[in-house]
Amino acid sequence: MKKTLMKGNEAIAEAAIRAGCKCYFGYPITPQNEIGAYLSQHLHKKGGTFLQAESEIGAINMVYGCAATGTRCMTSSSSPGISLKTEGISYMVGADLPCVIVSVQRGGPGLGTIQPSQADYMQATKALGHGDVHVPVFAPCSVQEMVDITTEAFDLADEFLTPVVILLDGLLGQMMEPVSFGDDAVEQKREYPDWAVTGHENKREYRNITSLRLHPEELEETLIARQARMEGVKARTRSQAVNCEDADIVVVAYGTTARVIQSAMEMARAEGFKIGTFRPITVAPFPDKQIKAACKNAKQVLVVEMSLGQMVHDVKAALEFSVPVEFYGRQGGFVPGPEEIFEKIKEMTVSL
Amino acid sequence: MSNNSNFKLHEILIAGFGGQGVLFAGKLLANIAMIDEREVTWMPSYGPAMRGGVCNCAVCISGTLIGSPVVHHPDTLICMNGPSFDKFVPNVRKGGTAYIDSSIIESTYDTNDFNCQYIPATTLATDNGLKPGLGIIVILGKVIKDTGITDLETVKKAIAETTHKTDMIDANVKAIEIGMSL
Repeated sequence: MKKTLMKGNEAIAEAAIRAGCKCYFGYPITPQNEIGAYLSQHLHKKGGTFLQAESEIGAINMVYGCAATGTRCMTSSSSPGISLKTEGISYMVGADLPCVIVSVQRGGPGLGTIQPSQADYMQATKALGHGDVHVPVFAPCSVQEMVDITTEAFDLADEFLTPVVILLDGLLGQMMEPVSFGDDAVEQKREYPDWAVTGHENKREYRNITSLRLHPEELEETLIARQARMEGVKARTRSQAVNCEDADIVVVAYGTTARVIQSAMEMARAEGFKIGTFRPITVAPFPDKQIKAACKNAKQVLVVEMSLGQMVHDVKAALEFSVPVEFYGRQGGFVPGPEEIFEKIKEMTVSL
Repeated sequence: MSNNSNFKLHEILIAGFGGQGVLFAGKLLANIAMIDEREVTWMPSYGPAMRGGVCNCAVCISGTLIGSPVVHHPDTLICMNGPSFDKFVPNVRKGGTAYIDSSIIESTYDTNDFNCQYIPATTLATDNGLKPGLGIIVILGKVIKDTGITDLETVKKAIAETTHKTDMIDANVKAIEIGMSL
């Protein structure tokens, strides 16, 4: 299949068009501007609409309105911009509406830096808005995987009526790799779902899409029903374990750092250290069972992140504190090198 | 050119001023690798580095899956200006090579750990009737010859893929050939 060289941001935009995304609403912020730029050039050719909103808050509320009509839509932003969108995302969760949100992390807090970071893991997986908000979060680590996951994310959003996040970082957005998109799918005529507000024309009952539920019974019922629905997403958790069977230390990372730990593992294996790696591909819901299985023979676990330590808490909880878990992180826009991770591994093996 | 099982990882860093073709040279290399069916990553510096005029890009080429796309210790460095000489030459991997455009950079680096090649690339380009911006492609020709990453046939295909200005294709091929003859 023909491959083309594309930046992660551009590839995700192309994949969204191919997945049938018809509307994009966004507001520029580095390091994810290529997503909007690409869609502004290409989305209209497939009958879609690109719209640069007046702000991130405007953009997410346009997504809210668009999703309410049953149209496939998306937005993208980076850390401070995602913070602004969280209010709208919470409303969408409350109204059970599907959309795809691409979060290309940069260093924070505040304006921070435009360099890569993984410091928004907690935001994406635990609280992308107020009020018991839990949304599925994918964390791909290559341009090809970003493309494949974009289609999956749109399908998952529609199936489970929820916003779905694709969590990246500045490096994955800016990096180019060869990528293939498969054959052009024959575009299927989309049926509007039976909840969509499409105009009743006095021919049917009107439909009401809202997150306002003033009666406690009604609100509690929707929360429990939504949680039950999200249980179904748990069956879709995905991960990748390499060389974990005989590993004394399993190194865990997602996204960009998952690539770096792969290099570190190769270095360590070449010098006789028994090291394995585990990479969650979905970080919410977290692949609890898979990581437990991968670490069943491990004496220690090392979590590597470009943050002060966020996923490390999920790892500890998933392993039920049965294995000692260490953390190694870089912050401020630094991507850790394989050498420094190998050094950390060597430090850990002293206590084995 | 395939046979990926024996093809080792090449970690290449290209650095210079914005406008010297740093990102273009990297894309050309990435296209070469893609045509040869290798694994490849291309990672630019972005943001303030780009806006301040100093620019670099990292290209990793391998026969197998590439881990980190960030190059901390290049085995091949192409260096096109003074600031990148100061910043990157000391980081070259032991046994690697720094290719330095000596028509722009007057400094030299004294080391036994890696090889420094001083090539007056920009002057070589202009002496042969090419634009000074093709100096970097002259060096790339030399890198391709020294590393054996690919052959001229693939380079020609990759140039046609990388530049959309048809009048620049011949000039780029000529620059590569000058580099390969050094």
